Amino acid sequence: MMEDIETEITTAESNRTPESIRPRWGRIIAWLSVAALLALLFFGLLRTQQGPIGVGQKAPDFTFTSFDGKTYALSELGGKVVLVNFWASWCKPCEQEAGDLELAWRAYQTRGDVVFLGLAWTDTERKSLEYLEKFDITYPNGPDLGTRISQTYRTTGVPETYIIDRNGILRSVKLSPFLSLDEIKASIDPLLNE
Amino acid sequence: MPVGSLFLRGLSKKVWVSSLIYLILMLLIFFSTVNAQELTPNAPSDNEVNAIAKQLYCPVCENTPLDVCPTQACSEWRELIREKLASGWDESQIKAYFVEQFGDRVLATPPARGINWLVYIIPPLAFIFGGIVLFRAFRTWKKPAEMGDKNLAQPSSDEYINRLEEELRKL
Repeated sequence: MMEDIETEITTAESNRTPESIRPRWGRIIAWLSVAALLALLFFGLLRTQQGPIGVGQKAPDFTFTSFDGKTYALSELGGKVVLVNFWASWCKPCEQEAGDLELAWRAYQTRGDVVFLGLAWTDTERKSLEYLEKFDITYPNGPDLGTRISQTYRTTGVPETYIIDRNGILRSVKLSPFLSLDEIKASIDPLLNE
Repeated sequence: MPVGSLFLRGLSKKVWVSSLIYLILMLLIFFSTVNAQELTPNAPSDNEVNAIAKQLYCPVCENTPLDVCPTQACSEWRELIREKLASGWDESQIKAYFVEQFGDRVLATPPARGINWLVYIIPPLAFIFGGIVLFRAFRTWKKPAEMGDKNLAQPSSDEYINRLEEELRKL
């Protein structure tokens, strides 16, 4: 008796028309779309929740043109210790470290194996130039056009400073202004002896 | 000379000096205003600046249109809009400049490119899909009621169900 029923059920399933199968494809597509959308949202949120790039990771490459028209690429600075400073003319804490950064640059400039790069974040060119003049900053500075570099480095504001070793590895991140020249030197000196 | 006439003479001298100073000041203000207007004949008004500023968002603050943003940085960006307008730039050129300088985040609406397309595609698609789901749901809700009435009136025409019910009765 049960065998008969099973046979009937199998027959009934095999007799299903294409019309009865089609809605299932619709459901599959709908669920896949929802899953894809949720995955996109998940990865988007994951990305926004991430902090700055981690110390010990390869520093992302970037290229920028300084206010005086010269182009700099991180990938072309291999073998040198690179300090990348994000700042803005409207940022008061940036002013706190501006003088010390310039003093540090002048101390290392003659060595030739240390490079300082300044990136003006969401700033107007006129105000940036006034700022550079005010603090007599001589190391290369330029705008972070379209905030592309700061997005790559996942900065959270200004000032932020990233110090990259000779092998292009990010060795330290400073998410607030340097408080003294000694603090800047303490971040760079150990990398010069490696 | 009577005391009263001396008083009037003194008073009129004071009034005369005050009037002269006032006149000189007014002339100075008038000519400085005229000169300023002559120097910047196409100076954009605040309304013209704000008309563009309200379409742009502060790149630093969260969800704050540039026209109402109170920070110093926003004030500088509004000044930048004024400078660009004075230089003869139009609205689209200024917006493009801001995007180039500060990224897409300054725009009130995301540009329709790349992943941004989803913002424009998903809501209408979801609306259409929702409509289809509702339509189908209404149809299926109606059918069982109709079928239930028919079941009461006459036995099922499905041979398989009849057989199944018969076998269940035997158990």
